[in-house]
Amino acid sequence: MASDNPTDIKDELSELVPFDPTKKKKKKKPVAQDPVEEVEKLVEPTENLSVEDAGESVFAGMKKKKKKQVELDIDDDEDGDGEENNDGKVVEDEQGEGIVFGVERFPWEGTDRDYKYEELLGRVFNTLRENNPLLAGDRRRTVMRPPQVLREGTKKTVFANFMDSCKTMHRQPEHVMNFLLAEMGTTGSLDGQQRLVVKGRFAPKNFEGILKRYINEYVICNGCKSADTILSKENRLFFLRCEQCGSSRSVAPIKAGFVARVGRRKAGA
Amino acid sequence: MSDLDTQIPTAFDPFAEANADNAGAGSKEYVHIRVQQRNGRKSLTTVQGLKKAFSKTKILKDLKKEFCCNGTVVEDPELGQVIQLQGDQRKNVSTFLIQAGIVKKEQIKIHGF
Repeated sequence: MASDNPTDIKDELSELVPFDPTKKKKKKKPVAQDPVEEVEKLVEPTENLSVEDAGESVFAGMKKKKKKQVELDIDDDEDGDGEENNDGKVVEDEQGEGIVFGVERFPWEGTDRDYKYEELLGRVFNTLRENNPLLAGDRRRTVMRPPQVLREGTKKTVFANFMDSCKTMHRQPEHVMNFLLAEMGTTGSLDGQQRLVVKGRFAPKNFEGILKRYINEYVICNGCKSADTILSKENRLFFLRCEQCGSSRSVAPIKAGFVARVGRRKAGA
Repeated sequence: MSDLDTQIPTAFDPFAEANADNAGAGSKEYVHIRVQQRNGRKSLTTVQGLKKAFSKTKILKDLKKEFCCNGTVVEDPELGQVIQLQGDQRKNVSTFLIQAGIVKKEQIKIHGF
């Protein structure tokens, strides 16, 4: 047994030795894999080896790496347990003393590492939201009502909420109407009850899409994404002025584009 | 002094890049792709704004073959030659033009429902 085992050890060493230089030459990734494989390889022989013979020689190279991995695991476990224990203690203290102790678990507690960018960002926004909710408000156009479309006859569609939407956007109805008709390529008008009647058959989804485009281009400010904007005409150009940040940008006038000839041609010319 | 003189004239043309960009197809003008409704479910796709240098009839022929639809080139007094196709071919036309290298992606504007 004893005579056999050293030879076994030597064989393993000889197996290991050619590995060592290649380990050094290779990049880190294979090295990370090799120890695992070698550990696996060694698992079987170690089972054969007795405890006494499982000496330093075989484990010389491997032990340290194993330890590192194992140590890392232990450390992680310890940290995890430590944190949990701390929280547990805190909770117990709370229950015992009845004093609110702020159970905020900071991910950086316990270690001395620097704050990560995301953590700092989160802290800033939390503080901002608590103290100054107005500035941190990211509320966008969630209040705009969906367009209501009805069929009028077979060939016409009625946009019932038209005036409502215009007012929500703080825009002139004529401007919005021009845009809608230009984009849809049809004709239309405002009827007696201030509803927009459009020639053709359209679904609410179509209207929504076009309204979204209108908002993105003519209502929302590029800098602060706020909807508090005013459209004004200065010097033959349309300008979009934002109330929140004060920025002003020019917007293109609505041009109808090419409208193909659909429908019946009048007899004659 | 002679050194200064030789250093001043350089081959650097600050407008070279601007000219190169402009030489691209479409040159700052947009290509508008619109859709209109016809009877029932039928629709019409319109392509306006392609550069004059292109032979619209040849482009039309390829488009017709690609998408198995009919089409024509309409002469508009102000907007030049406009390509008209049957059906809602906006996305098809867009990909076709980009792949053929006729237009750049930023120059295409798609309108319509």
